[in-house]
Amino acid sequence: MSGGLRAKYDQTYDEIERDVLRLGAMVDQAIRDSLTSLEQRDTALAQQVIDKDEEINALRYQIEEACLALIATQQPTAGDLRAVVSAMNMVVDMERMGDHASGIAKTVILMGDQPLLKPLIDIPRMARLAREMLRSSLEAFAARDAKAARAIAPRDEEMDQLYRAVFDELVEIMAQKPGTVERATYLLWVAHNLERIGDRATNLVERIIFITTGDMRELNV
Amino acid sequence: MVSNAILPKIEVHDLDFYYGEKRALSNINMVILEREITALIGPSGCGKSTFLRCLNRMNETIPGARMQGRVLIDGVDIYSPEIDPVDLRQRVGMVFQKPNPFPQSVYDNVAFGPRILGLTQSRSEEAEMVERSLRQAALWDVVKDSLDENALELSLGEQQRLCIARVLAVEPEVVLMDEPTSALDPIATLEIEDLMTALKSHYTIVVVTHNMQQAARVSDRTGLFWLGELVEFDETDRIFTRPKEERTEAYVTGRVG
Repeated sequence: MSGGLRAKYDQTYDEIERDVLRLGAMVDQAIRDSLTSLEQRDTALAQQVIDKDEEINALRYQIEEACLALIATQQPTAGDLRAVVSAMNMVVDMERMGDHASGIAKTVILMGDQPLLKPLIDIPRMARLAREMLRSSLEAFAARDAKAARAIAPRDEEMDQLYRAVFDELVEIMAQKPGTVERATYLLWVAHNLERIGDRATNLVERIIFITTGDMRELNV
Repeated sequence: MVSNAILPKIEVHDLDFYYGEKRALSNINMVILEREITALIGPSGCGKSTFLRCLNRMNETIPGARMQGRVLIDGVDIYSPEIDPVDLRQRVGMVFQKPNPFPQSVYDNVAFGPRILGLTQSRSEEAEMVERSLRQAALWDVVKDSLDENALELSLGEQQRLCIARVLAVEPEVVLMDEPTSALDPIATLEIEDLMTALKSHYTIVVVTHNMQQAARVSDRTGLFWLGELVEFDETDRIFTRPKEERTEAYVTGRVG
């Protein structure tokens, strides 16, 4: 897009874009580590995820500040404006994803030493899906690829189906054996957090489509 | 930002314009709605001022200039033989980049037009007309105690508002503005912009500006001129958030000048 003019603008926006991707990497790691802490019953790792959430929050605010300053001083319009405003919105969703990963980690700590209720199959699948959706969104964001972004949206359906399966299975177990309610509830919380991460990724997709096409609409309604 | 007005005030059909052999405007089609502010933007030399002058036949004063196509105001072709250009320029007034008050008193500057046109019957009617025009131009409070002083004593921003008052005194329907704030400081610029916003409830305003942020701030609709063509014409909000044309995107984002 740059024809030599507005080099300063492009440079500043590129830094913002890099920071958004960096934030994405931090959130991706948080999701990964929170699941590892669950699978391996590693409460120390879980605590790390919780502590590192502060860094995610701090970077979100830093990016928002940078976007605000860019708007105030450079008066971006059209595609430039859509990109900056979208970045501001996206980092909010990403920071919330970090909160959900942190929520999973907190659940791991609450679970303590209790043995897992059942082998984890669908929950790790949900986590892999969440991370794929996040990574694909960020790739589409960097490439300004609306088509690639749109391809991510149906995966939220997959996520909802997995969540449904986990929910039904855990409810069934709780109904059969009342003594399992506490442990089942913890697993439900984990699954719920992952499902919410999927929803947030859909928000990212909406923003990316908006940047490229100017079209603002809700997907997966 | 879009007003409730839905009536076209000015319609331009298939307008071409030549300075001698040189084509300055190609195939311009545009509808300007009444009581809106329409901004015309584009790089230097793209034809926007030429186009503006077509709207009140000011180009006729330029030797070798020739226009094809039609310009209608309230459905009437302003280039048809029965239209008197002088009458037209009363209805369609113009404000220029460099304030050009007459070297006379503030009062006489504003009263000049109505006097010549016989718009008022008495001295007191004339004084009322002058006051009304100066109020409309947000200048009355500044000059009310110094109406006899020479207009050239006013600051540039005040002189420009005086020129606007002068145009308003002859009760136009349309006010054309050709870079009205280019010669003014930032505060005077914003004062003129506020004035434009106030005036649009009574007048249809068409403003040529090379200041894109000004077009974005004040106008309801914006047209981008490029090498004599009208590349895009749409609601200002759309032009500055999601323009349809690549050239518009390139221009409003400042990637090309």
